[in-house]
Amino acid sequence: MDSRGASDLGRGCDWTQAGVDRTISRLLRIGLLVSSVIVAVGGVIFLLRHGNETAAYAVFRGVPRDFRNVGGILKDSVGFRGRGLIMAGLILLIATPVARVVFSVVAFLRQRDRVYVAVTLAVLAVLLFSVFWLGLR
Amino acid sequence: MSILGLTAVLLAASLAAGFLGALTGLGGGVVIVPFLTLALGVDIRYAIGASLISVIATSSGAAAAYVKEGLSNIRVGMFLELGTTLGAIAGAFLAAVVRPSMIAVVFGIVLIGNVCVSFGLGADKASNPSGPADRLASRLHMDGEYLSLRGLVRYHVRHVPAGLGLMSVAGALSGLLGIGSGALKVIAMDRAMRIPFKVSTATSNFMIGVTAAGSAGIYLHRGFIDPGLTMPVMLGVLAGSILGTRVLVRTPTRRLRWLFNAVIFALGVEMIFNGLTGRF
Repeated sequence: MDSRGASDLGRGCDWTQAGVDRTISRLLRIGLLVSSVIVAVGGVIFLLRHGNETAAYAVFRGVPRDFRNVGGILKDSVGFRGRGLIMAGLILLIATPVARVVFSVVAFLRQRDRVYVAVTLAVLAVLLFSVFWLGLR
Repeated sequence: MSILGLTAVLLAASLAAGFLGALTGLGGGVVIVPFLTLALGVDIRYAIGASLISVIATSSGAAAAYVKEGLSNIRVGMFLELGTTLGAIAGAFLAAVVRPSMIAVVFGIVLIGNVCVSFGLGADKASNPSGPADRLASRLHMDGEYLSLRGLVRYHVRHVPAGLGLMSVAGALSGLLGIGSGALKVIAMDRAMRIPFKVSTATSNFMIGVTAAGSAGIYLHRGFIDPGLTMPVMLGVLAGSILGTRVLVRTPTRRLRWLFNAVIFALGVEMIFNGLTGRF
């Protein structure tokens, strides 16, 4: 019954350490690739629209509010606004290691390693607290 | 400068930084912040925001490769991430409240420290006899093995509390400066916890992304991560580091490493000087 559940998560996914390692590797690669493509597409749109404007990064004003919360970023990405898309890609990039930790929780559960289920859940809690409570409110 | 012009400059510089960082094993992040602030006059908060993002990208790429080879010790990494993520949150909060000149001075000190470590680590890389088993590490199933050129090597992990303490500091520096703190992470594992150098390096890469994700949310909230500035930095450093690892095997790195270290040292001095004279 274990093998069927495992195959849901991906092809060739087994719960030995080597199998878990391979899946983590694939997860990181896919997250990195998808987020890079989104950032690049957003970058091209941004440059086409704003490339001729003067750059102003010498004085810190903080990024506009729209680019600091999920709602604003999603709205801008759906409208294919360059900076919104870049931010969406960056958030996906930040989410990639978090997704890896989520997967590790599942992997340690499957390996019945209680100590590490607890350790990994604690790391996940710290990350989610930081990203959602302190960050993207 | 126009946005298009600046993007081109950033892309080229980040490509070079990522390339040299991968070749020398020092990471590209450490030169990006000094370059953005000293050469281009970018505010240091935007600079560390862009750098932190590029760190997540490169470490995810490197970790993907190392983990697949089974070099990273995932249990050690997971456990120590408790320290690095909490440290990262503290560091990111500090970055938001302290004066930018303070960040610059600490950055300079870390750069110079990096150079010292880089020369030190090269000296006794080979010598790491695995000590006897440690009770806490055994209970945490941390002992591991890896495939070296001479076959399967088993090792015992030691001094877990000291490692965790150093990792918290590494996390705090990562959150404060927008860097990966790879050097300090490797020291914590290689020197304090007596983990073989290769495994330490691989596990450090595995941890850097999670550590940086711990402070990225706070950076986003405070408006440190500017999309227009971060886009070329992230893509450039990532592409450069991928290129760097490809040619790594064929290049004599000794001289290059020396040169890169000299550059980093000079940048460190300049960061401290400019920070102290209030130019940030």
